[in-house]
Amino acid sequence: MNLHQPIPAEQSGAVEIRVRGRVQGVGFRPTVWRIARELGLNGEVLNDADGVLVRLGGSGAAIARLLERMEAERPPLGRIDHFETRPFGGDLPREFRIAESVGGTAHTQVTPDAAICEACAAEVVDPFARRYRYPFTNCTHCGPRFSIVTGIPYDRAQTTMAPFPMCPACDAEYTDPADRRFHAEPIACHTCGPTARLVRFDGRAVSFDQHSMLDDVDAVCSLLQKGEIVAIKGLGGYQIACDATNEDAVTRLRILKKRDAKPFALMARDIEIVGRYCALDDIARQVLHSPEAPIVILPASGTARLPDVVAPGMTTLGFMLPTTPLHLLILRRMDRPVVMTSGNLSDEPQVTTEAEASARLSAIAPYALVHDRDIANRIDDSVVRIMAGKARLVRRARGYAPAPIQLPPGFEAAPQILAHGGELKATFCLVKDGEAILSQHQGDLEDAATYDDYCKNLALYATLFDHAPEVLVADKHPEYLSTKLARARAGKDGLATIEVQHHHAHVGACLAENGYPLDGAPVLGIVLDGLGLGDDGTIWGGEFLLADYQGYERLATFKPVAMPGGAAAVREPWRNLYAHLMAEMGWAQFSLNFSELALYAALEARRGPTLDAMINNGVNAPLASSCGRLFDAVAAALGLAKDVQAYEGQAAAALEAAVDEDVLRGEDEALAYPLNGPNLRGSGLPYIEPLAMWNAILGDLILETPAPVMAARFHKGLAKAIAVMARKLSRRDSAEGARFTHVALSGGCFQNRVLFEQVVHRLEAEDFTVLPHAQVPANDGGLALGQAVIGAAQLIQ
Amino acid sequence: LAHGGGGKAMKDLIDDVFVSAFDNGTLAPLEDQARIDLAAVAAQGDRLAFTTDSFVVDPVVFPGGDIGKLAVCGTVNDLAVGGARPLYLSCAAIIEEGVSLDLLRQIAGSMAEAARDAGVGIVTGDTKVVHKGACDKLFLTTTGVGVSGKVWNSAPSRRPGDMVLVNGLLGDHGAAILGARGDMALESPIESDCAALHGLIEALLAAAPGTRALRDATRGGLATVLNEIADASDTEIEIDETTTPIREEVKGFCEILGLDPLYLANEGKVAAVVPPEEADAALSAMQAHPLGAGTRIIGTVKDGEPGRVTMRTVFGGRRIVDMLVGEQLPRIC
Ligand SMILES: [Fe+3]
Ligand SMILES: [Mg+2]
Ligand SMILES: [Zn+2]
Ligand SMILES: [Zn+2]
Repeated sequence: MNLHQPIPAEQSGAVEIRVRGRVQGVGFRPTVWRIARELGLNGEVLNDADGVLVRLGGSGAAIARLLERMEAERPPLGRIDHFETRPFGGDLPREFRIAESVGGTAHTQVTPDAAICEACAAEVVDPFARRYRYPFTNCTHCGPRFSIVTGIPYDRAQTTMAPFPMCPACDAEYTDPADRRFHAEPIACHTCGPTARLVRFDGRAVSFDQHSMLDDVDAVCSLLQKGEIVAIKGLGGYQIACDATNEDAVTRLRILKKRDAKPFALMARDIEIVGRYCALDDIARQVLHSPEAPIVILPASGTARLPDVVAPGMTTLGFMLPTTPLHLLILRRMDRPVVMTSGNLSDEPQVTTEAEASARLSAIAPYALVHDRDIANRIDDSVVRIMAGKARLVRRARGYAPAPIQLPPGFEAAPQILAHGGELKATFCLVKDGEAILSQHQGDLEDAATYDDYCKNLALYATLFDHAPEVLVADKHPEYLSTKLARARAGKDGLATIEVQHHHAHVGACLAENGYPLDGAPVLGIVLDGLGLGDDGTIWGGEFLLADYQGYERLATFKPVAMPGGAAAVREPWRNLYAHLMAEMGWAQFSLNFSELALYAALEARRGPTLDAMINNGVNAPLASSCGRLFDAVAAALGLAKDVQAYEGQAAAALEAAVDEDVLRGEDEALAYPLNGPNLRGSGLPYIEPLAMWNAILGDLILETPAPVMAARFHKGLAKAIAVMARKLSRRDSAEGARFTHVALSGGCFQNRVLFEQVVHRLEAEDFTVLPHAQVPANDGGLALGQAVIGAAQLIQ
Repeated sequence: LAHGGGGKAMKDLIDDVFVSAFDNGTLAPLEDQARIDLAAVAAQGDRLAFTTDSFVVDPVVFPGGDIGKLAVCGTVNDLAVGGARPLYLSCAAIIEEGVSLDLLRQIAGSMAEAARDAGVGIVTGDTKVVHKGACDKLFLTTTGVGVSGKVWNSAPSRRPGDMVLVNGLLGDHGAAILGARGDMALESPIESDCAALHGLIEALLAAAPGTRALRDATRGGLATVLNEIADASDTEIEIDETTTPIREEVKGFCEILGLDPLYLANEGKVAAVVPPEEADAALSAMQAHPLGAGTRIIGTVKDGEPGRVTMRTVFGGRRIVDMLVGEQLPRIC
C-alpha cells in the first residue's frame, strides 16, 4: 500500500483516484467529501463495483494533501488496501459532491457488525441528546450490519430495518454528508425505530413493584441485581444474563441451561470492572475496546474473584465490553460483571426469534428483554485469546465475519471456489477476486438447527457476494456432513469437487492468513490436533507435514494409539490413558510397578474384559496419532480430567490451567518430561514416542509430585520434543541445505497458550521463522480457508 | 470333514443332514427342482413375490440364534415387508472344509424349525464344500417365493403427519453378534431378536391398510432404513429419543463400545410408516401380536429437509441421524 504516490506539484490537471479496501458502507465517501471541501478541491466521489472512485480538480499539492488525509482520517471501520491515481480527462462539477453509485453491486461489501462507538455511547447517556436511552442508536462508525442484512445491495430496504421508515429528523441526518449518520442504513430513534420491551415468558405483566420502571431496558439491571436470570435479545441471537458475582444465580443458570462446566462468557460495563478480576495489558485493552469487541480470554489474576461456578477449574475468564447500546444501557448502573451466555440449551445454536425464545428459553429465564428488530442472521460472539503478544481468534464470528481475507500473492487468478469446512466448529469459505470470505463460526453440524443455519448461510453468502462456485472443496472424511453436502451438490449441479486432507488444510489456512505466497518454498506444518482422517485411512492428529499449497509429504507423526470406543474415547479421557499405558507397557507391567497408585485402582475399576477385547481385536478402537488424545491421557493421569468431559477440550484445558508458571519458566530443562523421536516399525516414519514420558509421569505420581508441577513438565517436554523433531526434520546440517526454514503452527491444540508460547519460543530459538494463526482460528474453524486455498492452488496450475 | 477324496460319500452325508432336517412333501431329494402346483398358489393372490439373500455371519452360532435361523427369517421378512405371504424357500450352502457335522446338523435343524414356525417349506437346495479359507465356516443363500394376497403397494407417498412405528427393542441382534465375537465377556449375553415377521405384518396391514412403508431394519439398523424411507419419499423423518426403545443392556454395551445403537442390525424389527388416522389401530394390532408387544410410535414424517432423519434428544435438541458411508469412524476433531 503506497499512500504517498507523488503527484508532481506542477500538475494541475484533474485526476481520478481508485480506492480499494473496506471503503463501502463505512462512511468513506463523506470523509473524502469533507476533506475535499476543506481543501477547496472540486470533483466527486462515488461507489462502484470495485470500491470508491474519487475525481478531483485543483492544485497538485492540495490533491497530495487529500491523499494523505484520506488515510489519516479514514473512518473507524474503513481500511484502504490500495489506491492508484491517473489523469482524468472528463468533466468535473464545480463544487465537490457525492455522486450516485454506478455499475452493479458485485463488490459491495457487507461489513461485519461493529460495537457501539464512543460518540454513540456518549449520546445514549446524554439527557440532552435526541437518542438519550435509545437502545438502537448507531451511526456510520458502529452498529448492526451483517446480522440484519437480508440481501443486496446493502441498503435499509434489504435489512430487518425495512419496516421502520425514517422520521424526518433521522432522514435529515441520513442525507447530510456532514453528519456522522450519513448513509448509515440502520439509523433510528425513539420516534421511528424499534423498541425494546421487558416481558415475562409466562405471559403475565411485569409488575411495577419489582423494579424502578424507569424504562424496560434499565429495569433489566434491577432484575439482574436481584439475582434474576434474564434473556436478552442481543445482536446476533438471544443471550442469557445473570449477576456473575451471585453464586446462586450462576449455579441456577448452569442447572437450567444444562451446561455442566463450560466457562460462561462475561460482560462488564467498563474496563475498570474487568481489571478487578483479570490482568489486563495494552493488547487486551485495545481488543476489548475494538469495534469487533470480542470475548477476550484473560488471566483471572485480579484483586477480586468470581465464584468458581462461573468458569469451574479455569484460571482464565472470558470478558467482553458492551457491544450494543442495548447492552450498555442494561449495564449502566451495574457495577459488577454479568454472565452473558448464548441463549440456548447446552450445545444448540442460540435462538433468534421470540417464538423460539419462549419455547426454548422460558424454562431458563422468567424474564426476557425483547425488541421488534428481527435478527436476520444468527451470529455468535467471537472469542479471542492473547498469546505470544498478539490477539488470536479462537472463534471467529461477530465483528469479524464476513470481512474478506486478502489472499497471498499468486492467488489473484483463482476461480470462484466454495470450501465446505469441517464438522465441528463448522465454517465455510468463498474465494472470489483474490479474496477469501470465511463464514462466521456455526457450530456442530450434527445438530439439525446448526446444519439448517449452515445451509441458509451458504445461500445468503452466495447472494451477498454474488458468488457461483466453479469447484467445491471439502474434507476427505466421508462422514462429515459438510463433505456429504458438497458431494451431493457437486452431483446435482455438475460441479467438480476437490477433497483435501484435514491437516493439510490446517497448514493451508495458516499459510494463507500469513500471506505466504503461492510459489513459496515448502514449510514444515506442525499440526497438533484432535482427529482428522489421514490419507492412509487411519486417524491422524499430531502431524509434521512438509507442505505447500499444492501438496504435502508426511515427515513425522505422533504415536498411533488405539481409541477404544472411537468418539467415546474423546468424551472419556481415561480411555486414552488406558490405551496409552497398554500400548507402552501393558497391564502386567503397569500393575507390577505402579499398583500403589490411586491411578492404578481407578483404572482397575474401569477396565474390563470388554475394553481389552476392543483394543486387542480392533473392535471400534481405531488407531489415532493424535496430540489432543495425548493431552487427554496425561490430564487423566494427573487426575485433572472428569470421567466424562462436559465439553470438548475440557481435559486439555484443565491440564493447561493447572500449569505452575514458575516451574514453566524455570531453567531446569532436565525435568521436562522426555519424549523421544524414533521411527515407526514398518513405515519407518519418525514419531513422538511417549514411553519415557509415561515412566517419568508415573514416577512423579509415586513421589506425589504436585499436579501443577507435572503439568508444567509435560508442556515443556512436549514443546521441547516438537522443536527437536523440527530440527531433525529440517536436515539443516546436510550438504543440500535445510529442507525448510519456515514452520507453520496449526490445529486445535495450539489454542493452548502454554504449549503455543513454548513451541514458538523454542522454534524461534532454533532460528526457524514461525507462522502462527491470528485472524483465523487454529482449530477447525479455520479449516475452510485452508481447503479453499489448497483447492485454488490446484486450479491455478 | 474332508472333501474331494472321500467325495461322493461325504457329499451324500452332508446332503442327508439337510434333506432329513428339511423333510417335507415337496422336497424331492433326488431331483434338481421343486415343482409347485400353480393353481394352489394362484388361489392365494394375484402376485408372485420372489426374493433372494445371502447370509454370512461371524460367529455362525450366537445367543438367540444361528446362521440357519437367520437365513430363514431374513428371506421370510424380505417377502413380508413387500406385503407377501411367504410360501417356499430354497437353500444353498457353501461349507468350509473342516466344519463339523454336528454344527451342520445344529444349523440345519434350526433352519427347519424356523421354517416350520414360519409356515414355509424349504423345497429345494444345494450344498458345496470348499477348501479351507475359501469361505468362513458356512455361507447360506436362501431364495423365497411368496404370494401377495391383495396388492399392497408401498407407494412412496409419505406425507407430513404420518407416524413411524417400530415393533420393539432395537439393536439386539447387532449387540448379540458383537458380544459373541472377540470375547467381549458380557455379563448377561444379549440375545438376537431374529424372528419371522410375516404374521405381525399381516396383522398390521389388516388393521392399517393405508400403511405407506414397511422396512425391516437389518444391516445399518433403524437409522439406515429410516434414511432410505426418507430419501425415497423426499420427506424428513423425526424420531424421539425418549420413545425409541432400546434395552438398557444394549445401551450400556454401546456406551462401552462407543457405538450408536440406532446403527446396530436387527433381525426381527420392522419400521412402519402409517397415516395418522390409522396409527392407533396399527399400534394395537401390532402390540397384540407376540412379536409386537413392544411396539412404539417413535416418530413422525415432517415437511422438513427431504431425505433427512433427525432425532429429538432427551435434552430437546435435534440431532441429524445420517446414513453412514462406512463404519462408525469418529468425526470429532
Ligand atoms: Fe482439526
Ligand atoms: Mg438421508
Ligand atoms: Zn456510532
Ligand atoms: Zn428517527
